Amino acid sequence: MSALKADAVLDLRGVLCPMNFVKAKLKLEGMDSGQVLEIVLDSGEPIQNVPKSIKEEGHRIVEVKKEDDHFRLKIEKGQ
Amino acid sequence: MDRFIEDKTTKVPVKLEGQEKKLDFMELKTGGFIKQRQKDLFAVRLRCPGGRMSTDKLVEVARIAHRYSKKSVVHFSFRQSLEILYVDYKDFDAMIGEITKIGMKVASCGPRVRVPTACGGCEYNPNGLTDTQGLADMVDKKYFGTPTHHKFKISFSGCPIDCARTREMDLGFQGVVEPEWDEPPCTGCTICSEACKEDAIQSDPDTGKPIYDAKKCIWCGDCIRACPTGAWRAKRYGHLVRLGGKHGRHPVEAREVALFVPDEKVPAVIERTIEWYLANGIRGERVAKTIVRVGLDNYLKFMEPVFEGSALVGRAEKEAV
Repeated sequence: MSALKADAVLDLRGVLCPMNFVKAKLKLEGMDSGQVLEIVLDSGEPIQNVPKSIKEEGHRIVEVKKEDDHFRLKIEKGQ
Repeated sequence: MDRFIEDKTTKVPVKLEGQEKKLDFMELKTGGFIKQRQKDLFAVRLRCPGGRMSTDKLVEVARIAHRYSKKSVVHFSFRQSLEILYVDYKDFDAMIGEITKIGMKVASCGPRVRVPTACGGCEYNPNGLTDTQGLADMVDKKYFGTPTHHKFKISFSGCPIDCARTREMDLGFQGVVEPEWDEPPCTGCTICSEACKEDAIQSDPDTGKPIYDAKKCIWCGDCIRACPTGAWRAKRYGHLVRLGGKHGRHPVEAREVALFVPDEKVPAVIERTIEWYLANGIRGERVAKTIVRVGLDNYLKFMEPVFEGSALVGRAEKEAV
């Protein structure tokens, strides 16, 4: 279904701001640039805040899928 | 704690700038020396535009405060300045000398343009849309102390969260950004409609692409920051200008008078607004009252050469009803 293969997956459903972002950030730190992290975020506050913080850190959101009350995002690690 | 001022002295002899002078306690207030209820003791208010200070200066200020405050305390004022408490007026001369030496100045009270306040702004705050600190510094250098009919407070907020409370200022500038959307990079991911806290963006049920309602938009830029592909971008940045707010015993919410005023027009807005206030206001009257007495239309008409297309005539009238 999805063209991009994720190198790691992080389910952040039920994790509150800003811990969801911190967890994603830590995970990304352990990866190489160009690798893809898939995260699952709740709607509401998490989806309002986490994507912009990820962008501010210099990563690229390459795919977004809405699934019921949550979002599946693919993040390509920046330089 | 005593409820009434113990010391009613208003004039004392003192040595200032090496000369014997008679000091008027009431006059001192205009210079930022504020009489405390304790005999001979004053709060000395320093000038900290935007509440920002280098650590070098802060260390020096701490040293001076520690030396001259009889109780070793300072107070962070509501307008972001630092007040050294419990200073004996006999120490003023020596203390001002030290304050001047480190490049700090004493603030003021009374009917004049006060030290501007500001939030962190776009320099380091992720929500910030305007360089509030740079603008506060400019206002402090250019307009601080300008005599007016009553106190005249200016503040800068970098975004619609409005931490610097531009709604309560005589003249306030709040950062805004106008979002613009481009179809090609948009993937219909719907994050923008989730990110918008104002309900100004709905997602098309079929394509997921945004349906934007400009009337609900408060120009915060959340959509631009959240958009993964850059389909939402900033068309222009500027200030939402508010006039005639105040707090105090009878708070008044400021009127919105202009939108998307660019940085370079801020000095002209301040100058012409003060010109209007001086011409139309009366002594002891805040701008809030002048607007009610003279009419906002009169102000907007006067401001036309500065505001041009950015005046908020309709909106302001609607709010006034």
